[in-house]
Amino acid sequence: MLEDWTVIITACLVAASCSIIGCFLVLRKMAMVGDAISHAVLPGIVIAFMMGGKMGSWYLLVGAAAFGLITTFLIEFFNKKGGVQQDASIGVVFTSLFAIGIILISLYTRNVDLDQECVLYGDLDSVYLELQEPFFGFMIKPTIFQLLVLLLVISTLVIIGFRGLALTTFDPAYAATIGISVMAWHYVLMGAVSISTVISFNSVGAILVVAFLITPAATAYLISSKLIPMILLALLFGVTASFLGYLLAYKINGASSAAIATVLGLQFVVVFILKLFKDKIVLLNRNAGNR
Amino acid sequence: MNEHLNILDFILLREANVRYVVLGTMLLSVASSVIGCFALLRKRALVVDSISHSVLPGICLGFILSGTKDPLFLIVGAVITGWLSVYFIDIITRYSKIKADTAIGLNLSLFFAIGVLLLTVIQNSGNPNQAGLSDYLFGKAAAIVLSDLYVFGSLAVIIILAVVVFFKQFTLVSFDLHFAKTIGLPIKFYEFLLSILTVIAVAIGIQTVGVVLMAAMLITPAATAKYWTNDLRKMVVIAAVIGALSGVVGVFISYLFANMPTGPWIVLIFSMVAVFSIVFAPEKGIFAKYFRQKKNKKKMLEDNILKAFYKLGEHDGDFFKKRSAEELIMARKFKRSLLLKGLRSLRKLNLLTKVNDSFVLSRDGMAAGARITKIHRLWEIYLTKYLRVADDHVHDDAETIEHIITPDLEKRLEDLLQYPQEDPHNKQIPY
Repeated sequence: MLEDWTVIITACLVAASCSIIGCFLVLRKMAMVGDAISHAVLPGIVIAFMMGGKMGSWYLLVGAAAFGLITTFLIEFFNKKGGVQQDASIGVVFTSLFAIGIILISLYTRNVDLDQECVLYGDLDSVYLELQEPFFGFMIKPTIFQLLVLLLVISTLVIIGFRGLALTTFDPAYAATIGISVMAWHYVLMGAVSISTVISFNSVGAILVVAFLITPAATAYLISSKLIPMILLALLFGVTASFLGYLLAYKINGASSAAIATVLGLQFVVVFILKLFKDKIVLLNRNAGNR
Repeated sequence: MNEHLNILDFILLREANVRYVVLGTMLLSVASSVIGCFALLRKRALVVDSISHSVLPGICLGFILSGTKDPLFLIVGAVITGWLSVYFIDIITRYSKIKADTAIGLNLSLFFAIGVLLLTVIQNSGNPNQAGLSDYLFGKAAAIVLSDLYVFGSLAVIIILAVVVFFKQFTLVSFDLHFAKTIGLPIKFYEFLLSILTVIAVAIGIQTVGVVLMAAMLITPAATAKYWTNDLRKMVVIAAVIGALSGVVGVFISYLFANMPTGPWIVLIFSMVAVFSIVFAPEKGIFAKYFRQKKNKKKMLEDNILKAFYKLGEHDGDFFKKRSAEELIMARKFKRSLLLKGLRSLRKLNLLTKVNDSFVLSRDGMAAGARITKIHRLWEIYLTKYLRVADDHVHDDAETIEHIITPDLEKRLEDLLQYPQEDPHNKQIPY
């Protein structure tokens, strides 16, 4: 029973942080840059591991954030200076960095507590096995503690920087004229994506984290384009999918992270179809009214 | 000792098994690089990424339904789910306000999640046949055996042949959809053919590269080839050669290390070739572009200095008077350091000489200054007379074009305008 709740709470925390960040990615048409970053932080994680870092250590955060920013920079560099078309630039950069990460893992597999499959879909179910450690007087599992801090940081960032983030998202030209640095917010957001990916890494892996980032935000976007309702809806979808996904994984005996990501996708499909029907009814009513 | 023997075995293709692996990898790489060129040109690079993640559930379903790892069943499954993801992306972007990038990311992660879910379910089920199924994540070229080679190889050959046969149609669909439509080409059919061939290339490629990095097999060689030619025919051939060679090198490296997946190595070799090309390729590389820009800037600076000399000479009625740097800066706002640099290179070309701290045009230098001024003024006339641009708007345009006009164009401009005496601002035109 406690095991179930540990996994569900962990999943909810990952989903919450990722959904918030994801809304900005979707609105800025940067979903695939987010995807690229989540793959490309892998070498940063492995190098930090090799230098003796543990999951959640400062090494790891710095390494990952650095690689996240390097990715963004490289994509733009090859695109602007090298003349590689945007989509190909994203594809070439993240596959290269991810390949380097996997090679490093394979070469140093004896010294590093990482395996290739864990990289892809994490190990949500193992969070329960972690020993509890004291943080500020509370006994809590380290992964959960890190995720709580992440959620706190992300919410604070979005609340304090709401004006800057929103303006640079919806109207970058206007933001620039009133003196808000579009570039700075861009890199802040990319940094946030990198750090979320790293902290979520051992629970959901580098690839499935993309589902947590993009899918709830996309589902919410179908319902509302306004930022605040969109974020709240994305949170709702993320959290409910964590519950339902865990139940699914339990029923069919599969990986919880993958099951939750699947449910996130199914939520999108359901909302998408309902939206299609609604649009059709609206259209029919309008036609009937015109007659 | 044993290891050395292995290396030799590989290079000499002594073992039948190694021959299958090398041949298989080459065929797969060529097929995916060739079809990747069209995906790249149609700006489908990230759709390819979505396809490659989406074949995973297909493979798992193929295994669950057939109960075997027979490549045929797995490929059929892979093609179905791979193609579904292309279809879904299309549906989502067409029937909602969701943009392509979000639709791609969404599909990619959903299909991959379903794939991982099925994979873990299979692994937890204890089915003894499932061992090796997870090799499809990162690829294992060494696992190619003769029966696989027949299936993969023939599909690869079909892809290559299809590209050869439909080259013209594919080119039109990729480059000029509008024209293809007007000449009555069944676009829908060829677009479908291209996507299904892409999906098949991905489905057969994952044996060697794995689902996670398969996109690179299609995109990277194509993106690299683009740096070496502008001709699509050549681009496809270059991509195929890069694909085949890097594929084999990647397999060779992974052959040296036991338990090393092949995919990451192949992709890393691809990327190294790509980065080399992006930086060093003649004409299109970053270096080539940088040097060309530098050369152009130098030429423009020299031209502008000669023009300033000419302007001062015209004003004083003496083209060969000594001029100080300050005078030149007064005539045209040069940055001092740049001006001195330009003067130095003009001296090297014997277009001017230095006397104490001043500079004097040579005969050639005077002629060159006159020529630039002439072209500038002729162009101003051309713009006012033929393009009916107001005469106070023509100067900036002439400033740009004067550096580019070749002697040939210069001659035609003179003939067309019939050697006019004065420009729109009533200045003499020197011939």
